[in-house]
Amino acid sequence: MTDDIDTVITSRLVRPVIEPALVCPAPINQHTQILLAHGGGGRLMQQLLDSVFLPAFANPLLNARHDGAVIELGATRLAFTTDSYVVQPLFFPGGDIGSLAVNGTINDLAMCGARPLFLSAGFIIEEGLPMETLQQVVTSMRHAAHAAGVTIVTGDTKVVDKGKGDGLFINTAGIGIIEHSLRIAPDAVQPGDAILLSGDIGRHGIAIMAMREGLNFESALESDCAALAAPVLELIHAGIGIHCLRDLTRGGLAAALIEIAEAARLQIDIEESLIPVVQEVQGACELLGLDPLHVANEGRFVAFIPAAHVNQALDIFRLHPLGQEACLIGHVQHGIAGRVTLQSRIGVQRIVDRLSGEQLPRIC
Amino acid sequence: MKFVDEYRGKDAAARMAAAIAQVTTRPWTIMEICGGQTHAIVKYGVDRLLPDTITLIHGPGCPVCVTPVELIDKALEIAALPEVIFCSFGDMLRVPGSHSDLLAVKANGGDVRIVYAPLDAVKLAQRHPEKQVVFFAVGFETTAPATALAVLQASRLNITNFSMLVAHVRVPPAMEAILAAPHNQVQGFLAAGHVCTVMGYTEYEPLAQRYRTPIIVTGFEPLDILHGIYLCVKQLEAGRASVENQYARAVRREGSREAQQLISEVFEVTHRQWRGLGAITDSGLGLRERYAGFDTVRRFGAAAPGATTPTECISGLVLQGVKKPQECPAFGKRCTPEQPLGAPMVSTEGACAAYYRYRRSPPHSRATLQETKP
Repeated sequence: MTDDIDTVITSRLVRPVIEPALVCPAPINQHTQILLAHGGGGRLMQQLLDSVFLPAFANPLLNARHDGAVIELGATRLAFTTDSYVVQPLFFPGGDIGSLAVNGTINDLAMCGARPLFLSAGFIIEEGLPMETLQQVVTSMRHAAHAAGVTIVTGDTKVVDKGKGDGLFINTAGIGIIEHSLRIAPDAVQPGDAILLSGDIGRHGIAIMAMREGLNFESALESDCAALAAPVLELIHAGIGIHCLRDLTRGGLAAALIEIAEAARLQIDIEESLIPVVQEVQGACELLGLDPLHVANEGRFVAFIPAAHVNQALDIFRLHPLGQEACLIGHVQHGIAGRVTLQSRIGVQRIVDRLSGEQLPRIC
Repeated sequence: MKFVDEYRGKDAAARMAAAIAQVTTRPWTIMEICGGQTHAIVKYGVDRLLPDTITLIHGPGCPVCVTPVELIDKALEIAALPEVIFCSFGDMLRVPGSHSDLLAVKANGGDVRIVYAPLDAVKLAQRHPEKQVVFFAVGFETTAPATALAVLQASRLNITNFSMLVAHVRVPPAMEAILAAPHNQVQGFLAAGHVCTVMGYTEYEPLAQRYRTPIIVTGFEPLDILHGIYLCVKQLEAGRASVENQYARAVRREGSREAQQLISEVFEVTHRQWRGLGAITDSGLGLRERYAGFDTVRRFGAAAPGATTPTECISGLVLQGVKKPQECPAFGKRCTPEQPLGAPMVSTEGACAAYYRYRRSPPHSRATLQETKP
């Protein structure tokens, strides 16, 4: 059959066929070096974790694959986490690398159900960075830390040659205390759990992309960058039986749900029409061929809770400025372990998959 | 959001699906040409709302997928040169050449940049007079006017360090190649709405007549596609074969004269190789002689004939609509978006990527969807 088709097509030729038309080249099987996509929060990054980091460092705390490690010291439970920030541009609508570095680590602690207490801050600065820029970033970090009630208690500074850094990289690590008896972790998710989303998705990724690529929108879109500890602690204090929390970062809502479905070995079903996306984000995504489900966020999270607690939890969410748009987006079931499905707007179910690397804008 | 939400409504989709079921009395096979439509079909599950007797097959309308391997190899070779800034649309970066891809070239120090518009590459050339800026001009008639504009701009500003590696392709000759094949199963086409926004649809009228095949100019939203299928089935059932415009909110019969003038000022029709389909007469666009100075091939030499290694990839058959992606033995096993054997597994418009992303296992029975119909 293959030969026949080849013959037919070639019969229309003016020039001879150069290649056998129906073959493709050999695959590029092994990546012998790190690609940017290895850091994109998609499947390549997962492969990197699975093949390099997890085997090297394997231990029960790390293997839990939570946003941070929960450490028991006597009767005290602490959450401990770290994150590095390499965002460009350093300043963007709604935030900057400094507020991001503080809030991001606070959020990782909050997702463990902890009250964030102390942060460290490590700076890798490229030679030539204007002093004023550094000052602005540090001031922003101070404000963010103050607003969230955390203290930056230790730090480190390195300067690298011009051209060997991208202006400024920041690493923060954080410690928080867990003041309740809930076990909040991916493997605590139960079939029947409801999934609440704290607000609309995709603002951070689109705001950054718009600034980086010089895309202009009619109205200014700001990053959702925010510290999420306060609404989380309010949910816990109100007695909501939280099973799992996850903030949405690189890879967006899709990656967060897939990670939890895999760790919990359960199926997650969500509905597209229930997921809030503001018009600016939706418009940019339509234009660029991106899916808001995969766009980065820095101030949104999902909560897995017993279905009976949904109404009470939503009431608490909506009292908080960061939870005004909170909503129920789906449920957990036994189903197929590790699978996330989405009911499309026209009512048909499909898989939600991890991206390979970062989303790339399409041709047309 | 206006112009989007009203074409994604669940109730309206169910009504349109019921209307299709009502007019369908026999099996019909319809091909959607454009990869954007393929993705919408698989992403929203449009095919699962259709009666069992209607088969959708996915056409070769993914510009990334049909760009020949030897041209990608040439792009990789040029992108690796130290004096070059290589600009491309995002989709092309992961497409495998014979041994590498643009992402790997970038990781090895090549200056590879994603641009959103060809004019951005001209601006880069202005800003970096010491560099050669090369734009990888990939796409159907939809992107050709913007590419043409970049050439005109570079010419007007007398920018000498800008050139483009042209891989533009034209839709109608590919449709004719499919219709002329003896194993052709396509009884009706959904033509690519965006291509027709530029070109109009007069070119399709002789095709519809000659091959007795209805061609419906169709948009990209789920309801557009359902409506296009409805119009197509109605024609098939009535024994008619004409060109009909479902996408009237964007497409006029004559298309955009301004855009067409841009294309014909800069480009001329040429023969072109299609990955997976072979060479097709008059199916490409190449730079006219007066703009040949902007032709990357003149500056850096022509692409060498590809020395491809045969693999189990059946992307040629997928691109012709003869096979579905999951019928490939490598699908989802040895061929994934991270380790693609063929371009349709890479591109956002590729059929294999669409099935992998949204529908890992074969579609289950359509009977389960009856409940979504009124």
